[in-house]
Amino acid sequence: MTDATISTGQRLRRSLGSHEAILFVILVIALIVLDQLTDRFFTTSNLLNQGRLMTEVALVALPMTYIIITGGIDLSVGSTLGLCAIVLGVTWQNVGLPLELAVVVALATGALAGFMNGWFITRVRVPPLIMTLATLALYRGLAEGISEARSVRGYPEGFYILGQGEVLGVPTQLWILLVAMIVFWVVLEKTTFGRALYAIGHNETAARFSGIPVDRIKLIIYTASGLMAGLSAVIFVSRVTTTRSDMGTGLELDVIAAVVLGGTSIFGGVGTITGTIIGFVLIQLLKNGLALTGVKGDATIIVIGSVLILSILITTLLERRRSRD
Amino acid sequence: MTPATATLPPERPVFDRVRRLFGSQEAVLFLALILLFTIVGSYNERYVADRNLSSIFLGNAYIAVAAIGMSMVIISGNIDISVGSLIGVLATISGTLAVEGYGIVTAWVVPIICSVVFTSITGALVAYLRMPAIVVTLGMLSILKGGLISVTDGAWINNLPEGYGLAQLKPLGIPMPIYFMVVLTILAALWMRYTAAGRAIYAVGGNPEAARLSGISRERTIMMVFAVHGVFTGIAAVLFATQFQTIQSTVPPNLELIIITASVVGGVSILGGTGTVIGSTLAAILLAAIGSALIFIDVSAYWLRAVQGVLILLTVLADLERRRRQRKAL
Repeated sequence: MTDATISTGQRLRRSLGSHEAILFVILVIALIVLDQLTDRFFTTSNLLNQGRLMTEVALVALPMTYIIITGGIDLSVGSTLGLCAIVLGVTWQNVGLPLELAVVVALATGALAGFMNGWFITRVRVPPLIMTLATLALYRGLAEGISEARSVRGYPEGFYILGQGEVLGVPTQLWILLVAMIVFWVVLEKTTFGRALYAIGHNETAARFSGIPVDRIKLIIYTASGLMAGLSAVIFVSRVTTTRSDMGTGLELDVIAAVVLGGTSIFGGVGTITGTIIGFVLIQLLKNGLALTGVKGDATIIVIGSVLILSILITTLLERRRSRD
Repeated sequence: MTPATATLPPERPVFDRVRRLFGSQEAVLFLALILLFTIVGSYNERYVADRNLSSIFLGNAYIAVAAIGMSMVIISGNIDISVGSLIGVLATISGTLAVEGYGIVTAWVVPIICSVVFTSITGALVAYLRMPAIVVTLGMLSILKGGLISVTDGAWINNLPEGYGLAQLKPLGIPMPIYFMVVLTILAALWMRYTAAGRAIYAVGGNPEAARLSGISRERTIMMVFAVHGVFTGIAAVLFATQFQTIQSTVPPNLELIIITASVVGGVSILGGTGTVIGSTLAAILLAAIGSALIFIDVSAYWLRAVQGVLILLTVLADLERRRRQRKAL
């Protein structure tokens, strides 16, 4: 408001650039420090293995970035992952479908779960936070009910290629993640669909009046969120060779932390896929590096929480100073 | 509730008031609770037996107490998703103090003070540095949870001293947590309705700009809300810690979601500005009563969460529909 000469877009781009720059600096410092502390960290095999562990959160973080840019949120992703994992196991083992078909059913379940969120959010106008809070309970409940606390094991050997195998020396799921990152980046940066997401996040009413099909777009991104949670579920099951109804518990917080750490504003209108990528890479490397230097697994989340608060704090303070100038 | 009622002659204030009463979320929840007890009770008498009723109230009063503070936070337009982790940490502090022989009163009071200090830090970050509450409390959640587990390894705290069990006391035959729940709900409801500070919470959450123009400080109000929220969280943690002979020093899973759900089902709008703590307390009881009822009508334990999820969704939809009609009737 004080600097009328600078357009909103320019100011946004600058603040965004600065947040990503801060993150990048934190990332580099973390890498250097961790490399000094242990020689097991900066090895190709360790880094690739970390990529493997990161994929499930990363895949869901991509559509979550879209959703948060529009000013929404999806808390049900962890439960959707659990539900899809159970559907995969049950349709394969109990219903007896071929595994390929079971995977398709699991993905469809994820998409349907996301579609249901989107439908209620756009048609019935339930606030996203409440809708996905309710389905967080509902989808996890369905997973528990369908599975009756039984786990499914003994998948055919070929299925494990997805979660444990390698293609050209790189973990299979990293190729999937790479494709997903490119697709989500291109759609957000280069298409009208991507621009519309920012428009909705900035001012939904204005977006509606300028003819943007707001409801359809929201329906698509919530469905995409469910679908990606389903994809994560399939990879997760393949990686850990078993299906349990509590899979993905708390995933939503890891995903939101990665997205927000990456500079996407929880108020909507601001955010990039690049930021989100730095976000989930930073979180995974911090977790791993600290674990390698002897920090207990649970203590690493203290560091992640602190980094999250600090990075937003620094951005907020810089933003303030700039708007005062 | 049709649009025609808007043209009712003004000389029927009693009718109007009754209509408004039944149009409130609190009344809907109260009726739902009565219906639940009547229907499930007639199906299975053991559901309304003293023992089960007291376990419903006793085991969940601390959730209702925490939901009072949460409701204030949400009404002010914020949220606190670190509350479950905070309760876990405070319960551990309380238990440790008691076992280490610092005296029972110390073990009851110190966690409440710690709670206020902690939520005030969160409040300061949200109010003065204008950081989004969901992000700050997400970070706090990680810090508290990680801190607790790495310090204690989730160990059980046993050998709690005689007289520590505040939640196990039964003055006049009624369990202590129920007194806390009822008295704190009434006090909070009166405070929010009849004092300037209480009204300010609604103003800041409902229309920050109007609040500012009428001289209400956003910063001070949000700071106050988080500090008061800390008092309720602290009391909830002490009730939680003292209910059994032992305390596990971990974060109770999903506790923050249960508390937020109670607030939201109780009619607190997640967008801020509306809702009451009476609603959130009734909702906390209703959610617990539903969970218990499902067992008595022989729903498989595996399906409990799914049915609860559907019911939460239905409550939210009913509330939206009611609000929509009310808006039309205006």
